[in-house]
Amino acid sequence: MSHNGAIAATLLGITRALGRALVTDTVARQPGFLQALDPRVRLVGLFTLVLAVTLAHRISVVVGLFAAAVLIARLSRVSLGALATRVWLVVLVFTGVIALPALFLTPGDPVFATWSSPLRITAQGIAAATLLVARVETAVTYTTLLVLTTPWMHVLKALRAFRVPQEIVMMLAMTHRYVFLLAETAAQMFESRQSRTVGLLDRSTQRRMTARTAGVLLSKSVELGNEVFLAMQSRGFRGDAKVLSDFRMSSWDYLGLAAFLLVGSVAVWIGRS
Amino acid sequence: MHIPDGYLSPSTCAVLYAGAGVGWFGALRRVKRALTVRMVPLISVFAAFAFVVMLFNLPLPGGTTGHALGVTIAAIVLGPSGAILAISIALAIQALFFGDGGITTLGANCFNMAIVGSLVAYASYRILANRAPIHSRRRVIAAAIAGYLAVNAAALLAAVEFGIQPMLFHDARGVPLYAPYSLGVAIPAMMIGHLTVAGIAEAAISAGLVAYLQTADPALLQPTSGLAARVEPLSVVPQRMSLRKLWLIVTVFLVATPLGILAAGTAWGEWSSSQFAGSGGRAAIAAASQAQPAPAAAPAGLQRLSTLWTAPIPNYAPQFIKSPSFGYLLSAMFGVGLVIAVALAVEAILQRRRVAGQSG
Repeated sequence: MSHNGAIAATLLGITRALGRALVTDTVARQPGFLQALDPRVRLVGLFTLVLAVTLAHRISVVVGLFAAAVLIARLSRVSLGALATRVWLVVLVFTGVIALPALFLTPGDPVFATWSSPLRITAQGIAAATLLVARVETAVTYTTLLVLTTPWMHVLKALRAFRVPQEIVMMLAMTHRYVFLLAETAAQMFESRQSRTVGLLDRSTQRRMTARTAGVLLSKSVELGNEVFLAMQSRGFRGDAKVLSDFRMSSWDYLGLAAFLLVGSVAVWIGRS
Repeated sequence: MHIPDGYLSPSTCAVLYAGAGVGWFGALRRVKRALTVRMVPLISVFAAFAFVVMLFNLPLPGGTTGHALGVTIAAIVLGPSGAILAISIALAIQALFFGDGGITTLGANCFNMAIVGSLVAYASYRILANRAPIHSRRRVIAAAIAGYLAVNAAALLAAVEFGIQPMLFHDARGVPLYAPYSLGVAIPAMMIGHLTVAGIAEAAISAGLVAYLQTADPALLQPTSGLAARVEPLSVVPQRMSLRKLWLIVTVFLVATPLGILAAGTAWGEWSSSQFAGSGGRAAIAAASQAQPAPAAAPAGLQRLSTLWTAPIPNYAPQFIKSPSFGYLLSAMFGVGLVIAVALAVEAILQRRRVAGQSG
């Protein structure tokens, strides 16, 4: 990483992003509680729970919803180890750093103070920091569960079912398709450049190189966009697209939806201040 | 700057979703109107490009590295509407597929980065670059400043959104329920990082990309440059043919105008005030109104306004012409000539303005 670190870091970032997409694909194909539900129910249900988490004013309710998230993850065969490293640890570090000063900066009743320092921890500060970390942990867990258990095409179909304009759904689908192609192209460009480089590049050269790589990628993207348009046009595209929607709600789906709405409503009711 | 779930209250998220919704609606409508079915794949691929560029680590002066947003180059190449859609789509994919940034805060993230970011980037680029030539260095500098301003405007908005949380949402003991820092803490904390790192990263990548496009693909900088594009003239022959056809139609109608004399009676409601006075006129009015008798006198309003304007050629019959048919024909030729003269005058004025706009 010390050698031409920015290039290596970019390569690592792209590889990680592609790797995460592959994990999603694997988990979404496994049988499990969430995977068995209609994607529309999954989207509405998990969104309801995220909303309940953000509406809850009591830490106990947020912790209860976190326990429910862990249970849903187990039932959906999502690895808790993966959740711990991918979500819980990252959020704890990121949000923890943000929340830490709140211990001291939130005005309120002092819990701990040293006579030599003006810094003092307040009860309100502890409550605010804990609530923030717990809330973000729980909300991000639910979002990750949705992402991990729902193939992208199902998300798009569900969005279409919720009357999101067709053009937007079409663009989301195409963007998703080309994210991988362009990420791979970018990774190959960086890799080939790194393999041709002997010694260390200074920072300004690295910066220039990164900007040029982005430029080449931009030209390739526009060229790709034009080619895709011609391909679409040659197949009769005139601005409107038809999406097959073969979702059917079973009694299991209705039961699942009712359970999500019930848990969400109860959490909002108990969690109100 | 991607705000995760849990930092903003649901009501803040709802307001920002509504704000973003207005932006999305407007952008989609403009893109559809311009359209340009071609824009659909172009915006999609650009969104994918912006997504990948966000993964690039850019070494910055001072030993740090930063990530660009890609919003500035999107605004410069696609224009503000295209950029709003492209960056929103990239952010939606990050949130819904990669789990970066929240679902409840997607509206806020799109509002800050895609909508405000695109508009600030586009406006500052257009103002700063003005009408500089495509290959001018001024465009590179304008892109850099636009990128710096766009990222910092988006960050400032995010900081304000964080900063108002403890004021508006706290419990009875004063415990902040969402982001815990007031504006006095949130704004400096957010802005220091963006003024010194993220803004510079966006400025560097935007400037680098514009400089690259100036040599590699200047056509991409043309649409938002404010400079007139070189339009290939359309084939002249069909234009002449269509004009000739038009003249023929006009001549046929012109020659046929005396046919109007054959129409019997008066058109309903097109009576003059003098017709109300004479018995012949009153009889014509009654005949045209299903035997309803005409009022005893002309209505007062009609009487008053009838003297306001006197036509130079009343009843399509110039006074010096004895033949009514020839009078009709002459009136028609005069009318058509007048319309053509006005149209030519308007076109000449518009043409002069266009030329002045291009040279200025």
